[in-house]
Amino acid sequence: MQNPDDLVRATQIELGEPVSAPSVGVDGLEVLPGELTDDVIAAPGGGDVVSHGGMGRRILSVFVENKLAVAGVVIIVFFVLFCYVGPLFYHTNQTNASEALLSPDNAPPGNGHPLGTDSSGFDILGRLMFGGQVSLLVGFAAAAVASIFGATYGAISGFFGSWVDSFMMRVVDAFLSIPVLFLAIVLATIFRPSLVVFIFVIAFVSWLIPARLIRGQALSLRIREYVQAVHVMGGSKRRIVLRHIIPNSIGTIIVNATFNIADAILLLAALGFIGLGVPAPQTDWGSMLSNGVNYALDGYWWEIYPAGLCIVLVVVAFNFIGDALRDALEVRLQQR
Amino acid sequence: MIGFLVRRLIQAVLVVLGVIAFMFILIHLIPGGEARAVLGPKAQPIAIAQFNKVNGLDLPLWDQFAHYVWNLSRFDLGRSYTLNQSVTSLIAEALPKTLILVGLATLLALVIAIPMGIYQVVRRNKWDDYVLTGVAFILYAVPAFLLGTLLILWFAIYIPIFSTEAPQSDSIWGILSDPKALVLPVVTLAAISIASFSRYMRSSMMETMTEDFVRTARAKGAGPQRVLYVHALRNAIIPIITLLGLSLGTIVSGAVITESVFNYPGMGLLAINSAFKEDLPTLLGVTFVVTIATIVGNLIADILYAVVDPRIRYAKS
Repeated sequence: MQNPDDLVRATQIELGEPVSAPSVGVDGLEVLPGELTDDVIAAPGGGDVVSHGGMGRRILSVFVENKLAVAGVVIIVFFVLFCYVGPLFYHTNQTNASEALLSPDNAPPGNGHPLGTDSSGFDILGRLMFGGQVSLLVGFAAAAVASIFGATYGAISGFFGSWVDSFMMRVVDAFLSIPVLFLAIVLATIFRPSLVVFIFVIAFVSWLIPARLIRGQALSLRIREYVQAVHVMGGSKRRIVLRHIIPNSIGTIIVNATFNIADAILLLAALGFIGLGVPAPQTDWGSMLSNGVNYALDGYWWEIYPAGLCIVLVVVAFNFIGDALRDALEVRLQQR
Repeated sequence: MIGFLVRRLIQAVLVVLGVIAFMFILIHLIPGGEARAVLGPKAQPIAIAQFNKVNGLDLPLWDQFAHYVWNLSRFDLGRSYTLNQSVTSLIAEALPKTLILVGLATLLALVIAIPMGIYQVVRRNKWDDYVLTGVAFILYAVPAFLLGTLLILWFAIYIPIFSTEAPQSDSIWGILSDPKALVLPVVTLAAISIASFSRYMRSSMMETMTEDFVRTARAKGAGPQRVLYVHALRNAIIPIITLLGLSLGTIVSGAVITESVFNYPGMGLLAINSAFKEDLPTLLGVTFVVTIATIVGNLIADILYAVVDPRIRYAKS
């Protein structure tokens, strides 16, 4: 299958020029290079819509069309501001346990504590910010580590193929067959958890899916003409993997990373809930929930609902964003 | 078919070997080694040397690995330091309980999700389809630990219909004869599966309805009910088998949370408790058994799928 567009793209990438996406008309015929700036997209009604602007803008427009995704972004921005900027305006003691004991414990909302206090006397609104910092940080960092490592691993595996690929993928299979939570518990027990260790423990259980996905992409990319052209021109294997296979899988990587953030936050919350969360005086939303559940019989609802709501909102928001990114990045890219 | 079976079996054996190797590496990653974990941080070097000698930890790594595999093949998973009991006996107590929980929850999920998916296809793009889609989405979004907590709060404390704890009986019969205590844990664990199974059932059924054989059945004069339940359903339900196999890991992970929320002494709670006590032989033993169970479940699902659907057999060979 000859595809001149790919060669054009490959040389453009080599020369560092901006890349315009080759596109395909509604009937699947290739659009001539001269028409590249005016892309033809199938409209739902069946007619043609001509969109102007580059790839980035087009991706953005598809993303913004999705109301749930916009809601997701709003929620995430809110929580990032809430957790990181909030404490600048709302000062509470969240680290000094002995000082916290001086304030009333398990106090209902009111009296200077808008969401009450927990069993150690910490202010819950402030604690949501404090714990949220941990949840968000671990979520982002673990997803980043997992995506970078998983993508590189998958790209190498798919690019080299044959026995290297079989071996590397059997390793992934073996890890994937260990139920996630058990693996996380084992790792969190062996390596005494600090915040950094947590990031790596969660990354360790979440790099497998991106590795598989990118490996699939690499399998199809390595036989594409522009990759072979690099090979013929004397480009090293390292260059092909790092400069061609990974950049061309970036859509898949980003989409998966978004879901990974949600899963990482959820996993941290689950570990926190079963009591293997970040060590005190640090906390995370899962640990807060776990703490509140101990007082479920006493009716201290303010120790359960706020933390639970934070977890659900953030996780759902990242899922919305991931869904929309998949529509915006992958489908559009695959339509070429 | 034989070729497919052999290939699939070899693959499963390789994965099991990989898991064993990983477990072995983990044991040797314990900070300070196994001896320190047992004897405590202040143990004398001579005591550690003695412990290593008695337990064969001074042998070359290869010998230790061979020993480890040999022990595993005899179902010897080592001894729990803290409980001073063989890990195998601990697992023998906990495993049936987890199997009951996982089995009942999966059954409930299937019983609810399959009719739900079919109903959504019959009423596709009408208001009740959207409502059920919304319900599935909510079930999917609420993590098991939160759902379990809320169920306890609402249906065991505010409206005391069910118990806050899972059945604590030691016998299987004792557990099954306490439905009041069993309802909430089973529902909690089933919820996530209901969400994904029903979505899958809906899309699988939708896809089947566009197949040629469905059109042929219609053309031959089969009524809508017959087309739906005799022609489409039988084909649409097959992929659920694979989904079941693939979901096993998730369900088992969910069981850890459910057992923790409802204090149900199965494999998950055993793992959590041994994690707290840093009882690594038990933790690794439990993880190993659960993993093997997941691999075997996956294997059975794959084989069943090939047996039920001949198209798969030919496509794969």
